[in-house]
Amino acid sequence: MKAAVIVFPGSNCDRDVRVALEAVDGVAVDMVWHGEGDFEAADLIVLPGGFSYGDYLRSGAMAAHSPVMKEVVARAGKGVPVLGICNGFQVLTEAGLLPGALLANAGLNFVCRDVHVRVENSQTLFASGLEQGAVLRIPVAHHDGQYFADDETLAELADNEQIAFRYAAGETPGPANPNGSVQDIAGIYNATKTVLGLMPHPERAADPRHGGSDGQAIFAGLAQALG
Amino acid sequence: MMKNTPGPEITLEMIAEHGLTDGEYERVVNALGRAPNLTELGIFSVMWSEHCSYKSTRIWLKTLPTEAPWVIQGPGENAGIVDIGDGQAAVFKMESHNHPSFIEPREGAATGVGGIMRDVFTMGARPVANLNALRFGAPDHARTRHLVSGVVSGIGGYGNCVGVPTVGGETEFHAGYNGNILVNAMTVGIAPADRIFYSAAAGIGNPVIYVGSKTGRDGIHGATMASAEFDDESEEKRPTVQIGDPFTEKLLIEACLELMATDAIVAIQDMGAAGLTCSSVEMADKGGVGIELDLDAVPQRESAMTAYEIMLSESQERMLMVLRPGAEDMARAVFEKWELDFAVIGRLTDDGRLTVRQGDVEVATIPVRPLVDDAPIYDRPWQPTPAPAALADEGPAVAPMTALSTLMACPDLASRRWIWEQYDHMVMADTVERPGGDAAVVRVHGTAKALAMSTDCTPRYCRAAPEMGGAQAVVETWRNLVAVGARPLAITDCLNFGNPERPEIMGQLVGCIKGMAQACEALDYPVVSGNVSLYNETNGQAIPPTPAIGGLGLIADLDKRANIALKRDGDLVALVGEGIGHLGQTLYRRELFGAEDGPVPALDPAWERRVGEAVLRLIETGRLDTCHDISDGGLLVAATEMALAGGRGLALEAPEEGDIAGWAFGEDQARYLIAAPPAVMDGLLADLQAADIPACRIGQVSGDALTLEGHGHISLGELRAAHEATLPRLMGAA
Repeated sequence: MKAAVIVFPGSNCDRDVRVALEAVDGVAVDMVWHGEGDFEAADLIVLPGGFSYGDYLRSGAMAAHSPVMKEVVARAGKGVPVLGICNGFQVLTEAGLLPGALLANAGLNFVCRDVHVRVENSQTLFASGLEQGAVLRIPVAHHDGQYFADDETLAELADNEQIAFRYAAGETPGPANPNGSVQDIAGIYNATKTVLGLMPHPERAADPRHGGSDGQAIFAGLAQALG
Repeated sequence: MMKNTPGPEITLEMIAEHGLTDGEYERVVNALGRAPNLTELGIFSVMWSEHCSYKSTRIWLKTLPTEAPWVIQGPGENAGIVDIGDGQAAVFKMESHNHPSFIEPREGAATGVGGIMRDVFTMGARPVANLNALRFGAPDHARTRHLVSGVVSGIGGYGNCVGVPTVGGETEFHAGYNGNILVNAMTVGIAPADRIFYSAAAGIGNPVIYVGSKTGRDGIHGATMASAEFDDESEEKRPTVQIGDPFTEKLLIEACLELMATDAIVAIQDMGAAGLTCSSVEMADKGGVGIELDLDAVPQRESAMTAYEIMLSESQERMLMVLRPGAEDMARAVFEKWELDFAVIGRLTDDGRLTVRQGDVEVATIPVRPLVDDAPIYDRPWQPTPAPAALADEGPAVAPMTALSTLMACPDLASRRWIWEQYDHMVMADTVERPGGDAAVVRVHGTAKALAMSTDCTPRYCRAAPEMGGAQAVVETWRNLVAVGARPLAITDCLNFGNPERPEIMGQLVGCIKGMAQACEALDYPVVSGNVSLYNETNGQAIPPTPAIGGLGLIADLDKRANIALKRDGDLVALVGEGIGHLGQTLYRRELFGAEDGPVPALDPAWERRVGEAVLRLIETGRLDTCHDISDGGLLVAATEMALAGGRGLALEAPEEGDIAGWAFGEDQARYLIAAPPAVMDGLLADLQAADIPACRIGQVSGDALTLEGHGHISLGELRAAHEATLPRLMGAA
């Protein structure tokens, strides 16, 4: 599998996700600078975490209008899988590739800690390494992670099995839902399940040294599904 | 060119406003051979401020040990550097941002973090970890909540955006900081040992380059503010607090590291305190050259800025570089890619002068050497701190389990989760030991080794007995590093004190430095960088003496390390080291009886070294994975922290005779708790005995409560609830 990791000015999890991807056998990673309107073909496009363009207007808002995103949107339209993590998820909603929006956390503070998420739909290429209903322990680290969508959109997401992960109870201190997301939503798919956005950082639970490696199953599953 | 001495005549008021004494002004006139103009006066005033010149402390700082075979760079550069093997070096420093953080907590703390990171990446290192040592006023003081909330969000807001994990530090509360909080930020970076960048300018005619953010009017006289006491009007100093932009800092890190991979840079220095003045003068002085600046070429954010304002601005996220001739275009391309300003603003000269022009007008011309070398140095009178009286009375007996509940919930021992969950402590994906243990552990990227780091100071010891307190601060970082299995390498320090012109304050400073020197010497644990923050006083009330120490150690093999969490039911727990049940100056006295009294515990750095090295050998040989040093709160608190971290209960055997309070809560030094399976523990105790280190079994891991034989038990759930609730409650979040 060849993955393209998009690097915006202010991305800061680009290296981390590259390391997690390259830890899987047979995965090659290209780093693609935000100013590039075109880039080499890739089996997977990753929008990493961070603070693209400082997140000064609204998280992900400026990145959504960068030259490289035009190309990402075009390729997503042709079915190339796109994974957005944290700031990447925010960019995907701002770019219209995913419905809904990510608001400031309900507690109004940045929150960095382990959370538990339940796999809500294992029948996608992103979840091919995961069991339906399995609960993963993965860290979050964000200020604007409260997923919100109107009732109509939420009903559509549910009907079409687009909800990827929900925050779930576990042994970590603090509430299971760290940010007040509607219906405990931690990650969603687009209608064709080829675009996934999630707030938790699987690349930070990708190595036993991280204190847990539940996140690595996502990268390993993707590599297997995409060859 | 027009020769000119622009601006008004210098008056006595202007000299006083610039914080210069009459004697100091006389030195200025002697150095110049004439009266200065206003810009020149401004330049002298910041260069000779306490913050930049260390004029009250220099003679004492020189007594600190700074050398060891593994030290690559000691004090005097932007940061200290130690060798960590395999061609790599760790670059680190701690710095204060106390005064601005009190005036404007969010921006003050944020720019403190930004400034210390620049000190580290200026030397060619990628920052890999931030820590911070924070001290606030009493929890119930009217300003405390506002200050805590602002400082924490400032530190988080900056570090999280830049993408450097904030992995550790300390937070304490005491009424002694009601009028002056302490915000000490530390950054650790990693560089290739053969590609370290220094600030000494070289090459007459070489271009001087300005990169980063534009210059504005913010922060003018920040260094002077940091060298004066506060009074009731200090709020008016808000405009001298700088505004931080972490996004630009992130770009600046990437652009600088990209350029540092080439051979374009001769010298580089960040613009911190005293901005363009300090950076240009220090680069020229270290290189023994002159420097000529054209202020019209400096990128400016505001219009009609005067030379005085441009030279003294402390706008953030700016760097000054000297490039090899002809490297300008390549360097410019790198900075343009990162959308940062890049301007050639001057060149190096052979006349040994700082010459500043604005258009055709020469606005300042000062010989560099006297500006640096003629800075006043004071041997200020000092008075030794009187020894504290003996503890007359230990107070009424309190049931130990009741006292334990109180202590676990007290503001200085309660869980700091509310704080560190607001810091991204995992970005870069190399954080191996998260906040809450003895020391943070961050893997050296792509290797199986790691850096361990800890910041410590016990101001109540420093106030009662400065020499012991200074030594204890050093020793406690050392002990915390040992407890995770790291070989301690070196320290950075941040010396926070009151007004040094008062002999009793100077006595605290001298005492603490003497103690630090003794501990560093005994532990082979030199000082490689640091900072001094004086005049932490409001209306004549000084802070408790607070020499914050940041220690750095190396874990050679990540498979052989320890943390505080109890890991297996059935493990035996043993006490290493011994105590007499010393209760003077303990948290027990303070929290249970409101008394800060008595002598400090005895401390012998040489003995610390013997005990610590014996414990370290157990960890390094892969036989010990659970260890915690005993410090604030004593043995029973340490044991409870281990139980809570592991989520496992612990049954402790009480001593057969003697004072139970002293045994449980005494703060005797040089002690650790260790835990291991029974079969392993036999071997560990035998090793310790062979090394003549006292060690004895005191309990066993079992159940889900903390039990003290003959004194009852408390469930972990109850202890955890009390321990976790305090900070959220203080901050109004629960």
